[in-house]
Amino acid sequence: MLKITNLHASVEDKEILKGINLEVKAGEVHAIMGPNGSGKSTLASVIAGKEEFEVTEGTIELSGEDLEDVSPEERAHKGVFLSFQYPVEIPGVSVTNFMKTAINESRKARGLEDMPAKEMLKLIREKSELLEIDRKFLSRSLNEGFSGGEKKRNEIFQMAMLEPKVAILDETDSGLDIDALRIVSNGVNKLKSKDNAVILITHYQRLLEYIVPDFVHVLHNGKIVKSGGKELALELEEKGYDWLKQETVV
Amino acid sequence: MDLKDKLISSFMAFENNVDVEHPVHEVRMAAIKNFEEKGFPSKKEEAWKYTSLNSIQKIDFSIFPKQENTIEYKDVKRYFLHEIDSYKIVFVDGIYSSYLSETTHDGVDICLMSSALTKPMYKPVIDVYFNKIASKDESLTSLNTAFSREGAYIYIPKNKMPKKPIEILHFSTGNEASLMLQPRNLVVVEENAEVQIIERHQSLTSNDILTNAVTEIYADKNAIIDFYKIQNDAANASLIDNTYIDQKDKSVVKVHTFSFGGKMTRNNLNFFQNGEYIDSTMKGITILGEKQHVDHHTLVHHIEPNCESHQDYKGIYGDSSTGVFNGKIIVDKIAQKTNAFQQNNNILISDKASINTKPQLEIFADDVKCSHGCTIGQLDEDALFYLQSRGIPQKEARALLMYAFANNVLTSVRIPELKTRINKLIAKKLGVNLGFDL
Repeated sequence: MLKITNLHASVEDKEILKGINLEVKAGEVHAIMGPNGSGKSTLASVIAGKEEFEVTEGTIELSGEDLEDVSPEERAHKGVFLSFQYPVEIPGVSVTNFMKTAINESRKARGLEDMPAKEMLKLIREKSELLEIDRKFLSRSLNEGFSGGEKKRNEIFQMAMLEPKVAILDETDSGLDIDALRIVSNGVNKLKSKDNAVILITHYQRLLEYIVPDFVHVLHNGKIVKSGGKELALELEEKGYDWLKQETVV
Repeated sequence: MDLKDKLISSFMAFENNVDVEHPVHEVRMAAIKNFEEKGFPSKKEEAWKYTSLNSIQKIDFSIFPKQENTIEYKDVKRYFLHEIDSYKIVFVDGIYSSYLSETTHDGVDICLMSSALTKPMYKPVIDVYFNKIASKDESLTSLNTAFSREGAYIYIPKNKMPKKPIEILHFSTGNEASLMLQPRNLVVVEENAEVQIIERHQSLTSNDILTNAVTEIYADKNAIIDFYKIQNDAANASLIDNTYIDQKDKSVVKVHTFSFGGKMTRNNLNFFQNGEYIDSTMKGITILGEKQHVDHHTLVHHIEPNCESHQDYKGIYGDSSTGVFNGKIIVDKIAQKTNAFQQNNNILISDKASINTKPQLEIFADDVKCSHGCTIGQLDEDALFYLQSRGIPQKEARALLMYAFANNVLTSVRIPELKTRINKLIAKKLGVNLGFDL
């Protein structure tokens, strides 16, 4: 579904990703772990099409289609979703109105009419229940004054509404207490299917107890230095990242 | 003949049509003398450094309309806040239109300046308030005072509140090749009284229009006044708005200025806090394009202790438009415990657009809280990426961010229908349908 081949990316002439290879098939959950500054968030942003980063080499393909020169909004229309580590506050635009705009823009791109209001309301109700989101919350301005946990829950609510093919969750577990983590993970697990894929970007193993990955990759200095099954995450938790660094030097 | 000479010679013709025996006429004569001495302000003056009146003075404006013109309500309905009931004081080419207006004398006076300046029953109010807070020194205010004859007259006695908001509308039809208008408004709100006013200048033509307006507002103890100025005029309409506000103890006055159109707009908004525990609020949203120019000059004079002032102006400038914000705050030596806040944030969305912003604080008291901040920037790229990553195209995403940026100012608008209307104007002005119900 998502195939990344020899991906190099730079920001202001500084190379951050130095040849990433990753294949994510439908129905799979991949975790990308690694120390701070290893390039995890950059990888997420590059997949979603952030223009600040320049792809200097390599390709990203979604269902066989090269995403080069595809704008972030078009990637979203094709089924890429990024849950932000730091969601942006938009005063004056409610969560509901924001989702309506996002969904209808996506439909417009596919040549469809706006979603009928009744259908939209039903969808909103259904998905907000999934994330245990209060009705009042939906009429608040997007992310404005939200707690860390509310922001993350709202990100997953947006994911639920947009039903992406590939969802990248960037540090979704940071800033969550145990209850919020349970709700968010539960939501992601329910949204998972044989037709979509999830990439979890995380620093800690904690999230992976709730959303169990099929594969774990360790990113270090812009490269995937080790891949394995879910047991690799436990190994990392135990030993930290230092041994990996030494191993790569050797 | 240049415009100044034309105005001065027109004053004699004007005198044939007003009661020269009335005490107000002495005020007019002193005013024309001041204008004759000073003339139109030039860019050499600090306060007019960024706004030129040169090209305007070259236009051969008619000073008086030749005839009475009528317009149909259906043709101008959209300029009224027609979703709700309101009192209306409507002028067409400077002449009162009784057909389009709805005035009242039911416990309050919502009527005409021409009546107030001629009928004996209004004389006690005119004697106390007319041309008292307005500047006798500033030349354009003097010019208006000299020709003061018509405008809105609003008098709300103690403990009263009109049943509905008041709309003041000035239409120009274009039946003259070019027309100068000089409305003069007086708003007196007595102790514990309250009023909401919406004012709009609207040209219905591509002909040149110049409006030089003066509004005097008096807020007595505990009075509450909301004044909304909608400046979304046609491409060849220019406006000089001189507003003077006198506040007494514990009064609350909020002025919102929405500048979305017109060729050249100059707002001189002056607050004088003549009492304690006063709250003065000035908010503005400016969204310009093409070669439009808006100049906001605010003044808050903190004369007594324990008062507050809040200023929040947001500007979005596209194409070759230009903006000015000059916010002057004076805190007198005895005005201790003053809280004065000023904020001016701007976004330039074109390389050719520009804004000159300048806070001007003169603080003579030592126990005060004053803050000011001005920013000029582009849109936040991270926020833009966030919206795009949700499938919102860049153009719409930009509009949504600009909308969010301006929207903050609207929280203090207390008429929901007006808030919706302004929201829609903002969305329209930004050129996209955001696809959500406002």
